[in-house]
Amino acid sequence: MKIFSNKNFVAWYFVFPVAFIHLFVIGIPSLASLALCLTDWRGLGEINYIGFENFIELFDDRYLKKAIINNVIWTIAFLTVPVGIALTCAYLLTGIKRGQMFFRLAFFFPYMLASVINCQIWKYLFHPIHGLGGFFERIGWDFLAVSPFTMKSTSLFAVAFVDGWHFWGFLVVIYLTGMYQVDNHLYEAADIEGATKFQKFRYITLPMIRPVFVFSIMIIIIWSVPVFDYVYILTGGGPAYSSEVIANYMYSQAFERFDVGYSSAIGTLMFFYVMIIVALFGLFRKAGWDI
Amino acid sequence: MIVAKYRSREVISNYIILIIFALIAILPLAVLIFNSIKPQMEFGVNPLGPPSEIRFENFSEAWVKGEYAKVFFNSLKLVAGSVFLCLAVSLAAGFSLAKLNPKGSAIIAVYLLVGISIPAQLYIVPLFLLWKEIHLLNTHIGLIIIYTALNAPFATFLIRSYMIRLPDELFEAARLDGANTFQLFFRVALPLSWPVILTAGLIISLAVWNEFLFALTFISEEGFKPMATILFAFQWRFENNYALQSASAIMMVAPVAILFMLFQRRFISGLTSGGLKG
Repeated sequence: MKIFSNKNFVAWYFVFPVAFIHLFVIGIPSLASLALCLTDWRGLGEINYIGFENFIELFDDRYLKKAIINNVIWTIAFLTVPVGIALTCAYLLTGIKRGQMFFRLAFFFPYMLASVINCQIWKYLFHPIHGLGGFFERIGWDFLAVSPFTMKSTSLFAVAFVDGWHFWGFLVVIYLTGMYQVDNHLYEAADIEGATKFQKFRYITLPMIRPVFVFSIMIIIIWSVPVFDYVYILTGGGPAYSSEVIANYMYSQAFERFDVGYSSAIGTLMFFYVMIIVALFGLFRKAGWDI
Repeated sequence: MIVAKYRSREVISNYIILIIFALIAILPLAVLIFNSIKPQMEFGVNPLGPPSEIRFENFSEAWVKGEYAKVFFNSLKLVAGSVFLCLAVSLAAGFSLAKLNPKGSAIIAVYLLVGISIPAQLYIVPLFLLWKEIHLLNTHIGLIIIYTALNAPFATFLIRSYMIRLPDELFEAARLDGANTFQLFFRVALPLSWPVILTAGLIISLAVWNEFLFALTFISEEGFKPMATILFAFQWRFENNYALQSASAIMMVAPVAILFMLFQRRFISGLTSGGLKG
């Protein structure tokens, strides 16, 4: 629409407030962080430039290594379990007539709840004396006799489970929007050919919903990086760093040890990782992958 | 006939699997509701089932002990302030990006898109120090400004994609009648945009109501804390009093549940339309 082009400066008035607030809160502090990661600042006193020393220290930090590995496990867990369940449920939902809306709402509702609420629910359910543990004990089964949040071998998966429980309904709705656009004639033709349910899913549904599927993969990879709430509330990264993730580690470096330079370095690392992922998906799209 | 039979069996197995997953999604919430009206004494013998006697006093007791009247007011203030400020700036920006297209506005759009994916961990420390310097720590207005910035990119794009579909003829006609750009915005664009204003407002409210990380970091004074961080503290203070904990949680869930029942489609379409982390 070119008719207002002579009023360019007025148009800019309208964009200015958003740009200003966003720059003030996110843009400039981000740039500051990208600069502070090269210093040894601790929030007070003078700022000394120390080059890449923070990053050298980063690569020697075994707690951070543990946190990065846990984030990778977290990403892989989210790319498989919730995606698999959500694809199954969305596909099954398209095959039924009655109650579709009910199931959609039931699956989606936990996504609306605050992290504190979800954590409280599952802390209770995984409580060894109360909750599921207490229930199973009464029927003579010592399943969940110890809270999975307090065991080194299970803490990370228990936390990821709670976050996944709250998240997967969101994926169902995303996949459904893709699946509703698939032409029914394709399924009818496949029925005539005698295709099984799985074959129809594999050769019709999956290729047809590729755009939303790739979108979901991208947001899972990006959203798995700053995971914080669930870890902080449920385990605080423990026991013995077994459920530590990058964001929680960075938070303790920043607000318990006040190591601004070091925590900025961790933030910088996370930022570049996310930007590379975004750029990669952008490149794939440009390269004509039709996503 | 054989085909039809095969079909009906397939549908039954569909329902069974879907019901199992629906129960996994809903039963934990049912336990929370049961616990909120269960006498504390009963937890030892009946961890999951419905309560034998309904005790609504849990709510009044939690309300008093947690001083939730004040906490609710804090949260409502944050929600109202953020929704108002964020909608104001996003509506203006969305309008400009949709209908005015100033030269170089693509830069703003790209900047906001990048802004959505910057992890909070990159800027939270300098932001904290900045807020300390300009005395916005432990103030609601400080948090409202942060929430506005966090939600504005999403709201701007949602509003832009709505306003872009408003017919250009309306604006041209108003322009011919001598309306200036501000009048186009207030008299033409805004009255036609209430559906997207409602959707964006609901999503921003939900995001602010549930937000944890920034509320935890920027408000440390008890009297100013919103629901999310108070509930977190409450879980520690009354660690074994599940009746009180659950009643408090239900008080935080109730407004969300009611709004969700009223505006399901708006919530679902709004939340799935763009990168907003839940």
